[in-house]
Amino acid sequence: MVGITSYGGYIPRLRLNRGIIYGSNAWMAPGLIGSANGERSMANWDEDSLTMAVEASRDCISGFDKKKIDAAYLASVNFPFQERLNSGVMATALNLPDSIESADFTSSMRAGASALMAGINAVKTGDYRNVLVAAGNRKITKMAYLHELWAGDGAAALTVGTENVIAEYKGAATITDDFVDHYRGLGEQFEYNWEERWIKDEGYMKIVPKAVKALMDKTGITGKDVAKFVMPCVFGNVPVQIAGKFEIPKENVSNNLHAVCGDTGPAHALVLFVSALENAKPGDKIVMVAFGQGCSALLFEVTDNITKLKARNGIKGSLAERKEEQNYIKFLAHRRLLEQDLTIRAEANWKTALSTLYRKKGMILGMIGGKCAKCGTAQFPKADVCVNPECNAVKTQEDCEFADVPGEIMSYTSDLLTYTMDPPAHYGMVTFENGGRSMFDFTDYEIGKIEVGLPVRMVFRIRNLDHQRGFTQYFWKAKPIIKKEEA
Amino acid sequence: MADGIKDKVAILGMGCSKFGERWDCGPEELMVEAFEECLTDAGIDRSEIQAAWFGQCYDEIGTGKGAPGLAISLRLPYIPVTRVENYCATGTEAFRGAVYAVASGACDIALAQGVEKLKDTGYGGLPAIDGVNSGTLSGQTLPNISAPGAFAQLASAYRAKHKVNYNDLKRAIAQVSVKSHANGVKNPKAHLRKPVTIEQVMASPIIADPLGLFDCCGVSDGSACAIVTTPEIAKKLGKTDLVSVKSLQLAVSNGEEQGFKDWDGSYFATTRHAAKRAYAEAGIKNPREELSMFEVHDCFSITEFVTYEDLYISPEGGGIKDVMDGFYNADGQIPCQIDGGLKCFGHPIGASGLRMLYEMYLQLLGRAGERQLKDPRLGLTHNLGGFPFANVNAISIVGRYE
Repeated sequence: MVGITSYGGYIPRLRLNRGIIYGSNAWMAPGLIGSANGERSMANWDEDSLTMAVEASRDCISGFDKKKIDAAYLASVNFPFQERLNSGVMATALNLPDSIESADFTSSMRAGASALMAGINAVKTGDYRNVLVAAGNRKITKMAYLHELWAGDGAAALTVGTENVIAEYKGAATITDDFVDHYRGLGEQFEYNWEERWIKDEGYMKIVPKAVKALMDKTGITGKDVAKFVMPCVFGNVPVQIAGKFEIPKENVSNNLHAVCGDTGPAHALVLFVSALENAKPGDKIVMVAFGQGCSALLFEVTDNITKLKARNGIKGSLAERKEEQNYIKFLAHRRLLEQDLTIRAEANWKTALSTLYRKKGMILGMIGGKCAKCGTAQFPKADVCVNPECNAVKTQEDCEFADVPGEIMSYTSDLLTYTMDPPAHYGMVTFENGGRSMFDFTDYEIGKIEVGLPVRMVFRIRNLDHQRGFTQYFWKAKPIIKKEEA
Repeated sequence: MADGIKDKVAILGMGCSKFGERWDCGPEELMVEAFEECLTDAGIDRSEIQAAWFGQCYDEIGTGKGAPGLAISLRLPYIPVTRVENYCATGTEAFRGAVYAVASGACDIALAQGVEKLKDTGYGGLPAIDGVNSGTLSGQTLPNISAPGAFAQLASAYRAKHKVNYNDLKRAIAQVSVKSHANGVKNPKAHLRKPVTIEQVMASPIIADPLGLFDCCGVSDGSACAIVTTPEIAKKLGKTDLVSVKSLQLAVSNGEEQGFKDWDGSYFATTRHAAKRAYAEAGIKNPREELSMFEVHDCFSITEFVTYEDLYISPEGGGIKDVMDGFYNADGQIPCQIDGGLKCFGHPIGASGLRMLYEMYLQLLGRAGERQLKDPRLGLTHNLGGFPFANVNAISIVGRYE
C-alpha cells in the first residue's frame, strides 16, 4: 500500500486583518471592500517559503527515522533562490542523509500537488522507501492588489511511504492546459492577472471538472463517496459549484481557510489536505484538486492508522497560535515594498563566505553540534577540542543535533541600538537540556515577556538578507514558549 | 619560575589628549597631542625611544592596518613598531608590550601609544558588527548584537542569580554613572563634564534593556601614551618619585562561558582569573584594604557594577550595598573612576587602557589637581574587551616605587 504516512503544517503566527489592508487602501481602491473580511497569515520578517516549509517538515517528520527518507521535494513559486537547490537547503536544515534526492517544484499553483505526485510515483516504483514532500509560500504582491488580501503565508508537509499509511493513494488524473490566469516573467517581482470572470468560467469551471471526472472514471468512485473535497480557490463558491456537478455534498467541500489564513498558493492544496486529514476518520475518501495551467486531482482513502498518529502542531495547532498584527506599514516594510531609512548602521556588510558556509553547513543550516565521546559533554558548536576544561580531548566529538533539544534563556536583552528589521532586537544566551549553550537571536517573542529561565524552541529562520548580493542567510533562532494564558 | 613584573619597569612619562568629539583632529593629530605631553614629561628626546607598541582597534576608521600609522605620525626614526589589537583591551595590550620589552632587557626605553578616532564612523556607538568584520563563521552565526546589548545581559543574569528586583539593580547602576559624572566634572580632559542625578540616569532613553543612554559610556576620540624604562634608568635620567608597574595580567575567554556549563552570565570569568593573578603578582593580599583607587572598564554601568565583585573588592552579591553606600565615590573608601571613567571620557578603544593608567600615574605623583586623592599608594586598572561571554580582560596595577 502506497500513501501518506505522516503530515505536518505551519502557518506563521502573525495575522493581519484584511480590514486594515482595505482601510489603508480604500482611498484608491474602494473595491477591495468586497474581500476585506477575515484575516490573512503573515510571515514574520525572518520567514520565507523555505523556512516555513522547514517548520512544516519538522512537524511532519518528528520521530521519523530520517535515514529511511530517500527524497525531499519542495514546492513554491516564491523560492528564496532561483539558482541554488532550495530543497537542498531544506534537507540540510532537517539533517536528512546526504544520500537522498532532492528537487524543487515551481512555476505553477499546482507545484505542491506535482511534488506530491512525484513522491507517490517514486515510492510506487519501489525505488524510494519514503519521500518527504513539502510546500511553502510567501507571496509578495503590489499594494492594494486583490491577492494581497487573498493570499496567506504558510506551508505543509507530507511523507509518502508504504509503512503505516494513514491515507492510501488510490489514483490521480492530470490535465495540462496552458491557461494563463496569471503569470510572472523572468526578473519580475509581481504577477500579472487576467480578468477574474474569465478565470472562473473558462478556467476553474471547465478545466477542474475534466480532471475530477477523469479521476472518478479511473478510480470508480462517485461524488457521493467523497468525504472531503479539497480544492484551493480564492473564489470561495467555485469549489462548491464544481462539487455540485459531481453530487459531492456541499458540507464535504473543505473550507479554503480564507477567513483565518488566506491562500498559500502552490502550498495550499497540501495545507488544505493536511487540514482535512486532521479531521478525517478511517474510511474517508479525500479528493485533492490543484489548479494551475491545467489541473491535478488525486484520491486518497484514510486508513485506521490515522487514529494512531501521534499529536502534532499541524495546521490546526499553528492556526491556534495567533498574534494579531495591526500595522499594515510593517507588513509592507517586512516585504521590502517600501523604501525605508534604515540608518547608516544598517549598511553593515553581510557578505557570506560560501566556502565557510559549506564547511560548516551542518552547524549553520542543520544546527549540528558535538558530543564528546570521552566525557559526554554536548556542545555547540562542535569543535576539535572539547570545551570541558576537565577533558579538552582532541577530535573526539560526534555529531549531535540540537534543533529539537529544549532550551531555556540564561540571559537576554532587548536592544534598540543594533540594526534589525523588527526592533528592538531580542537575543541572549540559550542553554540546552543535557548540555550545550550558545548566543542566539530570538524570534516570535512577546515584548516584555522574556525572562531568565523561559523555555525556548529553536527555529530555522532568515538571519540576514544581503541585498547587495541577493543572498539570504539562514541560521537558527530561539523562539520563546509562552504559555497561552500569559501571551 | 618566573617572578613576575613587579617593580621591574617604571613609567618615565605619560600623555593624554583631550577626549571628546574631536572633529578637528584625526588619529594622527590626536597621537601627536598625547605624545608631545608624554615626551616632555619623560624629559627625553624622541630618538631615545627604542621600540614602540601601537594600539588601535578599528583600523578601518583609523590609520589603517599595521604599525606605520604611529611611526609616520610621530616620525619615529625607523625603530621597531608593532601594532596590537585586542578588542577594547588594546590600550593595555600596547602598554604590556612596551613593559615586557623593557623588562626583558631587549630595550631600555619603549613607547606604548593607543588611539581611536570613533567619530569618523558616521553614527553614534561603535561601528556595527557585521558579516565581514566578525569573521567568516561568526559572521554567519553570531546574533546581530550591539555592545550595549551584549553587556545588558549581565543585568538579567545578575538579577536572576541574586534575586534582585529590576528597579533596585537599575538604581544601583544609575548611581555608578552619577558617581563617575561627579568626578568627570573636575577633569578638563574628559569629554562629558556635567553632573547627573539618579533620576536623570534612570529616565534616560533605553538603549538595550535595562541600560539607558546614561548607562552607556560616551563615544569619543582620543589618544594616550606612556614611555617606560627601568627604575634604574629613570633614576639616572633624574627622576625621583617613580611610579612602577606592580602587575600586568591578562585572561582571555576560551569558549567555556559561551559553550560549557559553569558560567551563569552574571559576571566575568576572565576578570576573576586575571584579578587573582594580578594580586598575587603585586603581592596584594586583601584588595579591599590595600588598593588606594582603581579605574574599571565602565563601557556600561552594569560592567563596572559586576566588576566591583569580580575584582574581589565588593563581596559577591554585595555590589549594590557598596555602591549605594558611596564606597566607590571620590570621598569613599576606594574611589573608582576618579577621573570620570569611560563614562565621561568616552571610549576611544585603543586609548582607554592607557588613559586609565594616566590617571593612576597622575594621582600617584600628586598631579591630579582638584581630583587629587590623599596619599594614594596603589592603583589598579581594569581594561576589558569583547563581550561578557567571550572577552579579553587586562588588569594592571601600578604604584609608588618604594
